[in-house]
Amino acid sequence: MPEPKDHSSLPRPTPHSSRRSSFAFDLSLSRRSALRALGIAGFALASVPAWADELVKLPLPSNPRERPLTRDFPEKSDMILQRTRPPLLETPMEVFDRGVFTPNDQFYVRWHWAVIPNAVDVKTFRLSVRGHVNQTLSLSVDDLLAMPRVDLAAVNQCSGNSRGFFVPRVTGAQWAHGAMGNAQWTGVRLKDVLDRAGVKAGAVQVRFNGLDEPVVPDAPDFKKSLDIDHARDGEVMIAFAMNGEQLPLLNGFPLRLIVPGWYSTYWVKMLSEIEVLDKPDDNYWMATAYTIPDTPHANITPGQAGVKMIPINRMVPRSFFTNVANGASFATETTIPIRGIAFGGDTGVAKVELSADGGKSWLPTTLGKDHGKYSFRQWEAVTSLPVKGNHALMVRCTNVTGDVQPLAPNWNNSGFMRNVIETLQVTAS
Amino acid sequence: MRKAIIAIGSLSAALLASTPAQVHQLPQIKSASIELPAGDSLFPGGSSADAINNNCLACHSADMVLNQPALPKATWEAEVQKMIKIYRAPIDEADVPAIVNYLASIKGNG
Repeated sequence: MPEPKDHSSLPRPTPHSSRRSSFAFDLSLSRRSALRALGIAGFALASVPAWADELVKLPLPSNPRERPLTRDFPEKSDMILQRTRPPLLETPMEVFDRGVFTPNDQFYVRWHWAVIPNAVDVKTFRLSVRGHVNQTLSLSVDDLLAMPRVDLAAVNQCSGNSRGFFVPRVTGAQWAHGAMGNAQWTGVRLKDVLDRAGVKAGAVQVRFNGLDEPVVPDAPDFKKSLDIDHARDGEVMIAFAMNGEQLPLLNGFPLRLIVPGWYSTYWVKMLSEIEVLDKPDDNYWMATAYTIPDTPHANITPGQAGVKMIPINRMVPRSFFTNVANGASFATETTIPIRGIAFGGDTGVAKVELSADGGKSWLPTTLGKDHGKYSFRQWEAVTSLPVKGNHALMVRCTNVTGDVQPLAPNWNNSGFMRNVIETLQVTAS
Repeated sequence: MRKAIIAIGSLSAALLASTPAQVHQLPQIKSASIELPAGDSLFPGGSSADAINNNCLACHSADMVLNQPALPKATWEAEVQKMIKIYRAPIDEADVPAIVNYLASIKGNG
């Protein structure tokens, strides 16, 4: 167990530039006048973004592969820019080589709607708990800080992480592998908050909403739900800190739902409303969006029709190389240190194995410190490539329930749940 | 504080036996305020991009679209309809063919 940390001297939020924010769109403006405003700003920026001072090339199967590396976002360092508004920011792969926890300033960012509050006053912010409960609550951040506190290391991964590798390609954020991160989350148990409100008999789900809103008023607000038993399992958390600091606003300040082992779509950011439901949530974001084929690995054939769809849920095991990239070359006479990260999905990592012969034989790797079953786990091994020529390095994770990464990639229309064994083509000379 | 740590430690032991659970000292949570980049660059292509520039940039920046791979025209048609029907994008019906044609011309594969 990590030593308790001293949080008494957290860094203050850094001052920010006076750059125009996306909230410059006044929603009361007519679309036409909003577009006029856009047009003027658009001329100023021309077609080359001012922040495109460096480009990264993602190893995607087809163009376009280049993305700007941006430092233009508040509380964020170098990030791969997938979309400026609303922000989609990807963590560069080398960040995962530096440690098992992903730093807050390089933790990936994903928002659905462009109306994101650009300020939150912790004195006036309230989390409401209502619906099928005995007592409606309106909790301040201080109220939560006064409750029993828990601390958990957990991977947050976008449902569509690695979507850019799907073949045939599919629409959506064209992520490489960096729509994931691992943090030490600190907060309170959702169960304790629900108990304080008193869940009535007959409750079936709990719905979560954040402060973000659609640009168009009648568009579906982003809300997600968990079954009541899941919500009360004692592991689902409301976090007010990540890696010992308050959350960056773009990662959900001041409160974020933490759903260990489940995809990030459920980890509602800027959590402001908890609603206990006495019937299943049929809102768009549960019933239609973020659904997967009810098949092994959520896998179907492109074009396959009549597939039963279910809400995406538990994560599956994955493993990655972090110190070697595709196309690397090595001298035949040297030993090659290889390392990376893995996670078990909804449970811990049992083993990570390495193959240097394209999957014909597998060798054990050494696992790093165990930070709990929902955390990244580092792995390392030493190998060599004694024969000159091309070689395929592969890494695979098996979790403690025996679930192992598949050799063949899955495919579905949304580009969800990719967890194929990763392969690097390298050369020995 | 020490008593609280012990109490919570024993309470959580059964629930979180396999995961680290502990009590931290209070972090200071301070009000936050940020500004975000505007993301208001236009789609390239001059007048051929008028329809997409006039209808699509209120909700999202152009870079997301420009980062998409080449896809069949039918996929772009479906995307535009999804934006209208599900995400309630206020797109003039008369502009739909021009938007789809633009997407198919810069991101089409047949």
